[in-house]
Amino acid sequence: MITLSHYLALGAILFCFSVVGIFLNRKNVIILLMSIELMLLSVNMNFVAFSRFLGDGAGQIFVFFILTVAAAEAAIGLAILVVLFRNRQTINVGDLDELKG
Amino acid sequence: MTFQLFVFYVLAAILVFAAGRVITVRNPVYAALFLVLAFFTSAGIWMLLEAEFLSITLVLVYVGAVMVLFLFVVMMLDLNIAPLREGFMQYLPVGILVGLIMVIEMIFLITQRYFKADNYPIPPPSDAGYSNTEALGLLLYSEYLYQFEIAAVILLVAIVAAIALTMRKRPETRYQKPAEQINVKKEDRLRVVSMNSEKD
Repeated sequence: MITLSHYLALGAILFCFSVVGIFLNRKNVIILLMSIELMLLSVNMNFVAFSRFLGDGAGQIFVFFILTVAAAEAAIGLAILVVLFRNRQTINVGDLDELKG
Repeated sequence: MTFQLFVFYVLAAILVFAAGRVITVRNPVYAALFLVLAFFTSAGIWMLLEAEFLSITLVLVYVGAVMVLFLFVVMMLDLNIAPLREGFMQYLPVGILVGLIMVIEMIFLITQRYFKADNYPIPPPSDAGYSNTEALGLLLYSEYLYQFEIAAVILLVAIVAAIALTMRKRPETRYQKPAEQINVKKEDRLRVVSMNSEKD
């Protein structure tokens, strides 16, 4: 049978993939945003698993709010990305040095 | 191995594969599509956890809205991929090392006795009349009503912020100014000229 550890291990593996993704794609803002989405997904996986195994609905309510905030974050992040591309014609993190003294 | 466990392993394998491709694939469009696959598969895993409402929400909100937004933006931007990939190979060993250490640490922690099956026994499947949506709705509209309203405000702020960030005024575009149109007075438009009446 599927125990709690199965789900927690899956969440941990997903989380580590997204951390490695942030390591590898440091120049590409789009992939960075996607890695953050993946990270939130792994956290949600833990919440749903604990909600099921503890028999408490609060965990699923929490996931609901995380989904809300993640959607807002993605919308604002992509809007910033579009403005950035319109002004600089690039989304390379290395080129974003306007604030450098 | 029960059928449930088999389904879990298949879905988990697809999920891990999709997550791996998201962070390694060259083209951001493919990365977005693999992320769609990852969300879809985890919706299936949440079905196994009897969180039906959330798994459908994940498909509708994430696959239907957020990832389509991602795809739109990725396709709209004219990206030059080559400079975005520089440093990938350079950081690969360090990334894999850190990731492996984190996975080993977390799995070491998870397999300790606190999370063993004795402490968290597998809950019996819910009976046929149980509705996950109804239970969540009861919680959401009674105990968590205040937080629910805050979530609505967050979404409103996101809408306003996204529009405010991306809206731009072009100097060559002509706009109506309704405020001035409404506030116009008779004296601004009409000039009464007194002049002598003409004869014949």
